[in-house]
Amino acid sequence: MWKFFHKLASPPHFYQFAGKIVPWFAVIAIACIGYGGFAGLFVAPADYQQGDAFRIIYVHVPASYLSMMAYSIMAISAGIGLIWRIKLSHAVAAAAAPLGAWFTFLALATGSIWGKPMWGTWWEWGDPRLTSELLLLFLYIGYMALRASIDDIAKADKASAVLALVGVVNVPIIHFSVEWWSSLHQGPTLVREGGPAMAPDMLYPLLAMILGFTFLFGALLLGRVRTEVLYREYRARWVRELLLGDGGTT
Amino acid sequence: MMEVLAMGGYGNFVWGAYGLTIIVLAVCIVGGPVRHTKAINDVRHRIRAMEAKS
Amino acid sequence: MTDTRPLVPSLWSGFVGIVRRDILLAWKRPGDVLNPLFFFAMVSTLFPLALGPSSEQLGSIGPGVIWVAALLAALLSLNSLFVSDFEDGSLDQLLLSPQPLTVLALGKAIGHWMVSGLPLVVISPLVAISFHMPDQSIKVMAVTLFFGTLSLSLLGSIGAALTVGLHRGTALLSLLILPLAMPVLIFGARTVSLSTSDDAVSAGVYFLAAYCMLALTLAPFATAAALRISNE
Repeated sequence: MWKFFHKLASPPHFYQFAGKIVPWFAVIAIACIGYGGFAGLFVAPADYQQGDAFRIIYVHVPASYLSMMAYSIMAISAGIGLIWRIKLSHAVAAAAAPLGAWFTFLALATGSIWGKPMWGTWWEWGDPRLTSELLLLFLYIGYMALRASIDDIAKADKASAVLALVGVVNVPIIHFSVEWWSSLHQGPTLVREGGPAMAPDMLYPLLAMILGFTFLFGALLLGRVRTEVLYREYRARWVRELLLGDGGTT
Repeated sequence: MMEVLAMGGYGNFVWGAYGLTIIVLAVCIVGGPVRHTKAINDVRHRIRAMEAKS
Repeated sequence: MTDTRPLVPSLWSGFVGIVRRDILLAWKRPGDVLNPLFFFAMVSTLFPLALGPSSEQLGSIGPGVIWVAALLAALLSLNSLFVSDFEDGSLDQLLLSPQPLTVLALGKAIGHWMVSGLPLVVISPLVAISFHMPDQSIKVMAVTLFFGTLSLSLLGSIGAALTVGLHRGTALLSLLILPLAMPVLIFGARTVSLSTSDDAVSAGVYFLAAYCMLALTLAPFATAAALRISNE
């Protein structure tokens, strides 16, 4: 089992392994999102307080969850790359950033669209969760900007790893902000004592969407890491054999 | 059908949010293979250039 | 006569040495200190000029404006934190010295704060008065700026270390530091606002002090790591 992970740290093995896994993740993602989206939009009963507007939850919550998950993955793999000097780990961090930024944008946008009918405003500066999620977007952008400005890949990896780790403090703040400060945002609905506070026929599509988005993110991430690996390892023989076919110099 | 579109009066918001989601996800999903193919071409060039020099 | 000095300089002497050096350098070039201070004062006056002198309005925007001006002034002075050392080779010497780089990084940040943040805290009452802020707010403003500017110097040193030697590092530095600085700004400005309406401010002050302590203990490690990375 350990050997399996150990092998995975080697770029050519990872490249192959990821290539095989991505289609499976995609299939699971399609199935979950298909069910979740359909049920969320058409099957789940309307909320008695929010009416049909609550259906935005089925895209907003998965996006927010993934925006934080992506940052955690980015920070953890950056940290692993920095401490144990595993190049592939840095590639994972680099690949996770743009995806995380997109999901953060989506979370902010869908949240804003949901907020307008529910709270009467597109944005509320005083709200701690909105502010810390916006901060998360800025952290992603800063990370990508730093990477882009350093030419040497190894140096860019390490510098952006320091930045990612410094910013990881924001993730628990976003999550707990609704508990620590008064906020327009509702408190935790899913992960709380006494179990989720949602009716099953509303809950299951949500869980499916969260799962589906996670697998989608996984597929996208693995795909991007493969692309990163090609750029980073272009000097290696396995890349040459893969792309130009074996046999003969050109 | 019209009920579905109206979504109890919140139709613009709900479909707006879902539409935005689809667009963003589509950008990410399509972007992946596009970048990967570009990477393959770029790297092929680089390898050839590298070998032509040596 | 025997020399009884220790063979290897101590942590404390390393730290003090760095702080003294930066203070001496700033003393020799007062412009480095005064420019951000003037910038702070001038940016603060831009708002009354643009928005009109109505007293209540000034009183209500005062905390926010002064805090943003302080943040911008800090960003301005952070740009050059490591640049001159990088250019004349002192940075390499820092990296080679026997003291842990973390201690030296802490020294750089504290030295920077003493030269840019502290003076700002000292002149902040003048700016606050010009905004017609009540007396208790002026005190709270000074206290929040005290912790705030210290946090900014510490957090800013991380960004400065990451961007030293980079082409066009200036804008990038701001981009990197601002997310870290936002909690400081939010709590600092809001706390002062609360004081203008006589609300309790201790929670905000404690938060700022805690954030500052966090930065004080953790930022030097990140700065040291960033310095090593930027310099290889």
